[in-house]
Amino acid sequence: MEPLNALVALTNFVIIPATAYGSQLALGALGVTLIYGILRFSNFAHGDTMALGTTAVILTTWGLQSAGINFGPLPTALLALPVGIAVCALLLLGTDRLVYRFYRAKKAVPVIFVIASLGVMFVYNGLTRFIIGPEDQRFADGERFLVSARGFREATGLDEALVIRTTQAITVVVAVIVVAILFWFLNRTRTGKSMRAYSDNEDLALLSGINPEKVVAYTWLIVAALATIAGTLYGLDKSFRPFTYFQLLLPIFAAAIVGGLGSPLGAIAGGFVIAFAEVTITYPLKAVLGYALPDGWEPDGLVQLLSTDYKFAVSFVILLIVLLFRPTGLFAGKSV
Amino acid sequence: MTLRATLLFTFVLLLFVGTGFYQSWNVALTIFNMGLISAIMALGVNMQWGYAGLFNVGVMGFVALGGLGAVLVSMPPNAEAITAGGLRVLAGLSLGAATVIAAIFAYRKGGRFAGWLTAGILLAGFFLFRAVLDPGVDAIEAVNPARAGNIGGLGLPVLLSWPVGGLLAAGAAWIIGKVALGLRSDYLAIATLGIAEIVIAMMKNEDWLARGVKNVIGVPRPVPYEVDLQASESFVESVTGFGVDPVTASTIAVKLAYTGLFAVVLLVLVWLAQTALASPWGRMMRAIRDNEVAAEAMGKDVTARHLQIFILGSAVCGLAGAMMTTLDGQLTPGTYQPLRYTFLIWVMVIVGGQGNNLGAVLGGFLVWWLWVQVEPMGALLMNGITAGMADGSWLKGHLLESVAHMRLLTMGLILLLVLRFSPRGLLPER
Repeated sequence: MEPLNALVALTNFVIIPATAYGSQLALGALGVTLIYGILRFSNFAHGDTMALGTTAVILTTWGLQSAGINFGPLPTALLALPVGIAVCALLLLGTDRLVYRFYRAKKAVPVIFVIASLGVMFVYNGLTRFIIGPEDQRFADGERFLVSARGFREATGLDEALVIRTTQAITVVVAVIVVAILFWFLNRTRTGKSMRAYSDNEDLALLSGINPEKVVAYTWLIVAALATIAGTLYGLDKSFRPFTYFQLLLPIFAAAIVGGLGSPLGAIAGGFVIAFAEVTITYPLKAVLGYALPDGWEPDGLVQLLSTDYKFAVSFVILLIVLLFRPTGLFAGKSV
Repeated sequence: MTLRATLLFTFVLLLFVGTGFYQSWNVALTIFNMGLISAIMALGVNMQWGYAGLFNVGVMGFVALGGLGAVLVSMPPNAEAITAGGLRVLAGLSLGAATVIAAIFAYRKGGRFAGWLTAGILLAGFFLFRAVLDPGVDAIEAVNPARAGNIGGLGLPVLLSWPVGGLLAAGAAWIIGKVALGLRSDYLAIATLGIAEIVIAMMKNEDWLARGVKNVIGVPRPVPYEVDLQASESFVESVTGFGVDPVTASTIAVKLAYTGLFAVVLLVLVWLAQTALASPWGRMMRAIRDNEVAAEAMGKDVTARHLQIFILGSAVCGLAGAMMTTLDGQLTPGTYQPLRYTFLIWVMVIVGGQGNNLGAVLGGFLVWWLWVQVEPMGALLMNGITAGMADGSWLKGHLLESVAHMRLLTMGLILLLVLRFSPRGLLPER
């Protein structure tokens, strides 16, 4: 029984990857939840928005790299982020002008917005594939490890190694910064307050002279930033592939709903709940249990509760449990 | 049929005839056969969305379940594998089902400790289920893994598998509907999206069931094989009498046979759907869709009717899925993609006319034809655009290479344009 090694193994294989993944999901879910709160529809194009924003970042990164510019030990993609966000913002504002504004003016029912977002999803998906192709793209550069396996073993003398990849650390740091800025913006600035007012009660907000078009434009700007950052972090941490981003839609929606649609705090909590559940249930826990249990108790099998291919099932089951027993989500979002 | 419908259907028919003349009749019939299947899928989605306003984006899952049904019914049984692990798998699955039923029972009757009791039953049941199931699965998958490694099917005629595919999809729809109907429409959408992904994940991974990503090939056919036709003297004689090459004639004859089968199914379904929609039941459905509260006040059981139509629509999608697997002659879980099997069907329904069965059928044919033809048209267009560019330039190469992705863009634009300028579709409900 070696509790210290067990702890290190658990941290290495479950806690660190789940924290990074959770941060990415949280940022994605924040985008979904903001659109839901302010524009009042579930945006099915969000995964593809992330993919398009990331595409812009990747292309800029390649441009910077070929110009010989890099960010030292950090990935060059971080330098390219502002460009990506700007491109994504232009795209979203253009889409809003061409597609969603018409239905807003007509006061169409939410499901019409959802169907329109299906059309937007097709267009974005086609654009992404058209621009960068459907294949895998790797664009991470700079230092690969913050804590390497060898360095950790030599420093601590433990059998089990702890590895922290730079991208994982960056993901968490960037996510914390972004969330801090977002909450400061929503709670402290005039525009942020008007956004929350509009989300809480549209009529009252209109009565008090809040300009709805301005609120909507700011929402799209924030969503562009959130989606591009979430997509870039996910791409740095894993790899960029348009279809994977499309599939992220499910865990992201699950996170937003589990947390309570429309609640920013809930989106973050939901992201981490989903990520930790997915990683714990689909990771073979043999290594951890081997250390944690007394000698002779080691499990024979891999102790992998579900194969990794069923990770969608995990988000889905959590989603169902929450929907059945607490339909407004953990942090009471909009009512059902 | 109104004048508008007649004109539009004639137009679509002309598209196919034109394809026959300008490309080849083989191509035209291939697209038409898939168009028939697409029309049936669109009919299924239209029942759920058009009659009842249920937002189902899990069409892919039901289509795939139908395909699974085709394999499980029509493939010959693998006796060796079944003796190796069949009983164990069956016991494991029954145990799993029993666990869920026990958990539901405990939750309803458990009193104060209902929650803990349910969680305990589920947890213990899961490990027991895995302990019983896994060795059986391993035993089955170990039997001749390169060529089989699965339980096979029942060895029954493939035509029988079509209704079975529908039943499988209906069963899944019953479970989903029990849980997710009655929630808000967005939640139903997410729930169905998730179920579809899970169904595909299951079909990719459970090799013992239908070989997973190793694919099942050689699903029996309801129509003769081309080579048999070419070997049959009477066939060769009769087609050479018309002055047609026997090889071409045999491929076309096989496709026409499929066309006939599929057309019968489509016509029966359209007739059933139209009759149902015109009956008191159809009126009730539309009343529920248009005003749930008022319908409930009139004593209509909204949740039960929603469940009913959800199951019916999903069954139609499953039926189409079984037909598609029969047409392809193979089940390839790796090729099921939500854009193609869920959202494209939605484009068909919206473009055709939500709530109108004929509209959905029209949309099925038209959008499927476009989906196939956009690529060659895009290639022509791109060739035109890039004609002036220098050969071997990066942009020219990239543009020509990306033509394949034009179809997604086009479908999105079509959906957005129809939704904006003709929100009720080409053939409006009324």
